[in-house]
Amino acid sequence: MLEIKNLNASINDKKILKGLNISIKPGELHAIMGPNGSGKSTLANVLSGKEGYKISGELKYQGESLDEISIDERAQKGIFLAFQYPTEIPGVNTSNFLRTSLNKVRKAQGKKELDALSFLKIMKEKSNELGMDEKMLSRQLNVGFSGGEKKKNEILQMKILDPNLVILDETDSGLDIDALKIVADGVNSSRNKEKSFLVITHYQRLLNFIKPDFVHVLADGKIVKSGTKELAMELEKTGYKGIN
Amino acid sequence: MKNQNTNYNQEYKYGFTTDIENIKAPKGLSEKTIKFISEIKKEPKWMLDWRLKAFNRLKVSKEPDWQKPKFPKIDYQALYYYSAPKSMKDKPKSLDEVDPKLIETYNKLGIPLNEQKKLSGVAVDAVFDSVSVATTFKDELTKKGIIFCPISEAIQKHPDLVKKYLGSVIPISDHYFATLNSAVFTDGSFVYIPPNTRCPMELSTYFRINASETGQFERTLIIADKGSYVSYLEGCTAPMRDENQLHAANVELIALDDAEIKYSTVQNWYPGDKNGVGGIYNFVTKRGACRGKNSKISWTQVETGSAITWKYPSCILQGDNSIGEFYSIAITNNHQKADTGTKMIHLGKNTKSKIISKGISAGKADNTYRGLVDIGRNASNSRNYTQCDSLLMGNKCGAHTVPYIKNKNSSSTVEHEATTSKINEDQLFYCNQRGLNQEEAVSLIVNGFCKEVLQQLPMEFAVEAQKLVGISLEGSVG
Repeated sequence: MLEIKNLNASINDKKILKGLNISIKPGELHAIMGPNGSGKSTLANVLSGKEGYKISGELKYQGESLDEISIDERAQKGIFLAFQYPTEIPGVNTSNFLRTSLNKVRKAQGKKELDALSFLKIMKEKSNELGMDEKMLSRQLNVGFSGGEKKKNEILQMKILDPNLVILDETDSGLDIDALKIVADGVNSSRNKEKSFLVITHYQRLLNFIKPDFVHVLADGKIVKSGTKELAMELEKTGYKGIN
Repeated sequence: MKNQNTNYNQEYKYGFTTDIENIKAPKGLSEKTIKFISEIKKEPKWMLDWRLKAFNRLKVSKEPDWQKPKFPKIDYQALYYYSAPKSMKDKPKSLDEVDPKLIETYNKLGIPLNEQKKLSGVAVDAVFDSVSVATTFKDELTKKGIIFCPISEAIQKHPDLVKKYLGSVIPISDHYFATLNSAVFTDGSFVYIPPNTRCPMELSTYFRINASETGQFERTLIIADKGSYVSYLEGCTAPMRDENQLHAANVELIALDDAEIKYSTVQNWYPGDKNGVGGIYNFVTKRGACRGKNSKISWTQVETGSAITWKYPSCILQGDNSIGEFYSIAITNNHQKADTGTKMIHLGKNTKSKIISKGISAGKADNTYRGLVDIGRNASNSRNYTQCDSLLMGNKCGAHTVPYIKNKNSSSTVEHEATTSKINEDQLFYCNQRGLNQEEAVSLIVNGFCKEVLQQLPMEFAVEAQKLVGISLEGSVG
């Protein structure tokens, strides 16, 4: 699904990722943990194609190089980023935005675009699954949403867009335990043999609810240790300083 | 016509010209020209006298020069003040007699004049250069006593109404361009809604400048009698030409007791090319008088075209409890310039006004909101609320807010809020990550920014306006 080899990324001449390697197969869930400033969010941004980074190394998605592929095309090909800080877009209705987004993705995949009614049905179904209040969807996109609502909205979008590769960028930060469970349930119910996940997190807490196949520790722009979920437990005890 | 195909998918899809034979007035501005216009329109003497009075006034008046966008001196003697398709000389009596080329032009613009193919529930008056070519749904409106016709026809058939109201909101001495219009106006729409009548459909005028070296000077007069209601919409386009063309219209609205007028504009005159060559000078005077108690006038404008837009649709709130509203979107891209806003003159008691202005500036464009709120000594318990938001795209454009506030009554309140922001990289990234390309993302964000104003447009045009907002900003980011 995703093949990252010797990835280097810098912004304004500052090196952030320094030779990062990860390989994710279909159906796998990988967690990346690391201290502040280790390059976690940069990795999420680079994978989604955000501009402004100087990049070298190999980045392959479904066997294809992502070098020349723009952010929106990556999204259409099934790469989804759940944002750490979902932005507010005033005046734009949440469900209209979602429908526009879904139809862009469907169109790119050669599927028929959905009319308002059939979309509404899907949206209701998915938001019920997540135990979300439908009223939220008629509000302006993320405007006045609580931190928890914003993250739930990200998970709802993930459910509706049905991507192949999901990147969760510190989706757990700032969530209370109830919201955290909803987010985790959303992820767990989406897991299957085809879908891959890259869960970026600061704390081990999330991994009590989402069981990773692999855990990597990111420090100073590269993976310094990889293992299974026991590694996360170990980190909890020793802290990042205990690694190396 | 060689541009036709290449233009289709580009920024200005209305840039084509119609090859049609014209009758023109003698070139230049003179008494002779004015007499020619008056004569060809078979006007009564009082109308000609009125025009000449304006012309005499014009001789001693000067163009205003306080506006932000400066422009090269206009040679008024190099313009044609009247241009009409030859086939209109003996006015067609029904749509069947209208030159098929004209019908085709309007079809291309998406304005079907054929009543069978009409826009649902919208009556259209189409003005081509200096004359009205067709008005749809006349019969249906006549049954309710509503008059909707070209103003040249109203001058002949309804002289009492025209005499009473023409120039009563914008006097002929008002300012240079208004005076010029009074002297040489050619056509435009006239609307009268009788007492206690709700106009059953949207009324719409579609203006098209076609001929070169021609100015368009239309005049619109709308009277809503006691207890009546009307919603009116104007649209405009012009071919792409390298010269700057002058459009100096006057629009007067009069609302009597308990009457309401809603006036919407979607202005899409040719804006000039990417380097700022050509485009329309849109110097328009629009003013409404809430003359009766409890009356209401609401202006909504979506200004996306023109090289320079210079206009302040205003409300004079004379009647007690009257309400004035101004909702505006002004988009400037490339080298376009806009200096627009409103004037709310509170004279009556308990009068209210609301101003919502959204300015969007991209490329090397410059966008100014200029507005006056004037609360008179006797306008007790009056209120104004003003909100001006500017959005900048890129770092070569400008946005300016120039509010003038005069409150002479201590029981009245004026509120003014203004914001300026740049289009947000995070918002673009978010939309891109959800599969929208750069242009779709810009269109979505800007439409969201403009939502309060777009909501004011009649349904039939809101969708059109939303698309226009997107198209006007194509290529402005990234």
